[in-house]
Amino acid sequence: MQLLKSTVGRKILMAITGQLMVLFVIVHLLGNSTIFVGADWLNAYAKHLHDLGPFVWVFRLAMLTFFGVHVIFGTLLTLENSTANPQKYAVNNKLEATFSSENMIWTGLLMAAFVVYHLLHFTVRVTNPEISQGIDAVGRFNVYAMVTGSFQQGIIAFVYIGAMIALFLHLSHGVQSFFQTMGWNNACTRPVISTIGKVVAVILLVGYASIPLFIFTGILKG
Amino acid sequence: MSDHKTMTLTLIVWRQKGPNAPGKFETYTAKGITEHHSFLEMLDVVNEDLIKSGKEPIVFDHDCREGICGMCSQVINGVPHGGQERTTVCQLHMRKFKDGDTIYIEPWRAKAFPIHKDLVVDRSAYDTIIQAGGYTSCHTGGVPDGNAVLIPKPDADYAMDAAECIGCGACAAACPNSSAMLFTSAKVAQLAALPQGKAEAAERVKNMLETMQECGFGNCSNHYECQAACPKGVNVKFIAKLNREYLKSLAS
Repeated sequence: MQLLKSTVGRKILMAITGQLMVLFVIVHLLGNSTIFVGADWLNAYAKHLHDLGPFVWVFRLAMLTFFGVHVIFGTLLTLENSTANPQKYAVNNKLEATFSSENMIWTGLLMAAFVVYHLLHFTVRVTNPEISQGIDAVGRFNVYAMVTGSFQQGIIAFVYIGAMIALFLHLSHGVQSFFQTMGWNNACTRPVISTIGKVVAVILLVGYASIPLFIFTGILKG
Repeated sequence: MSDHKTMTLTLIVWRQKGPNAPGKFETYTAKGITEHHSFLEMLDVVNEDLIKSGKEPIVFDHDCREGICGMCSQVINGVPHGGQERTTVCQLHMRKFKDGDTIYIEPWRAKAFPIHKDLVVDRSAYDTIIQAGGYTSCHTGGVPDGNAVLIPKPDADYAMDAAECIGCGACAAACPNSSAMLFTSAKVAQLAALPQGKAEAAERVKNMLETMQECGFGNCSNHYECQAACPKGVNVKFIAKLNREYLKSLAS
């Protein structure tokens, strides 16, 4: 209980849930990358995941918990911080804080909204039913057709790339922040960890954004 | 003084009659300022002019004027202590400015540091945090043998670096969240590094953090603005140390 009330306790909960979600987006990107190998690989990968049965739901509930804890405490901490700092300076020259560190709540909430859309789009498959119900030649659910069919539409590709920019901004502060919060940091490691965090954020941005970009530009054919 | 070139500056200063009075910015002209004036001496010159013309002088806090007391709680052009590395306002000199400059001067802004008057804030919240655990309990009595408690040199240096904090409040003033984490962590880390402080380390970190929250300071979100503004160069590695001490305290 003390963990939930203490300022550092809540920070640690934010850091751990955040980092577990970072591990998820890394694995998710590795899975998505099968699209570059071909339709067969992506559809086989999706089938493999669905065949895990009850584990899929265990995993989904765990992710929902991490997501919920992270969003609730993130919002709470931000509200408390603005109460602690009611009057802003007339002139404000920041020395170390960055756009990404100062807008964690906004990039976070943007992504939360995106996750809801993303699940409706690709998991529940209600936003574009005309392209999301196909079956491939060997009877598997045709994920490849659904993804390419979606990203050929500029607006969907644009929304996905936008969300990935929010992810990039969130993680370029968030990854290094995790190490500081866990106390796994000192004056020597801080700049190195900070760089690694930014590199991870860039790799995820390039990796994820490349899929809608390649499909929309026609490099990856439907 | 007369052989020096002088500068004329425009000051935009926060004026507030009392804790509950509404404040506002007033514009003043600082005339006859040399590059050798410290920032506070520049304000002394302005205040003399104000007094001569029958106006209320600008109230600001100061004590040692040699960079060690931490009283001069001014945010100059949006940076606590004016932004010269490891420098308090009293040690900031007018050679850092040039003729014709416009300078904004504001008090620390944080809910936990209420404004007394003009540029003077009440920093006693920091004392409250110290009272919650920034000490070691020791028995008085016979003088202990100087070599009875051995402290390795790196530990002593580490504790000394943390002890450099003068409690000026710039960390909380610079923090976008008004968090007093750098201040709190400096004391927690200093005492946790030494054998005398280790005994009460777990209780200390919990109590000091709780008090920091109760005083109305915000939560640290690792912007590191505090370290950049600190006139004593206190490093955010001490915040990482505080986080480690907190994790350890959960097990005790």
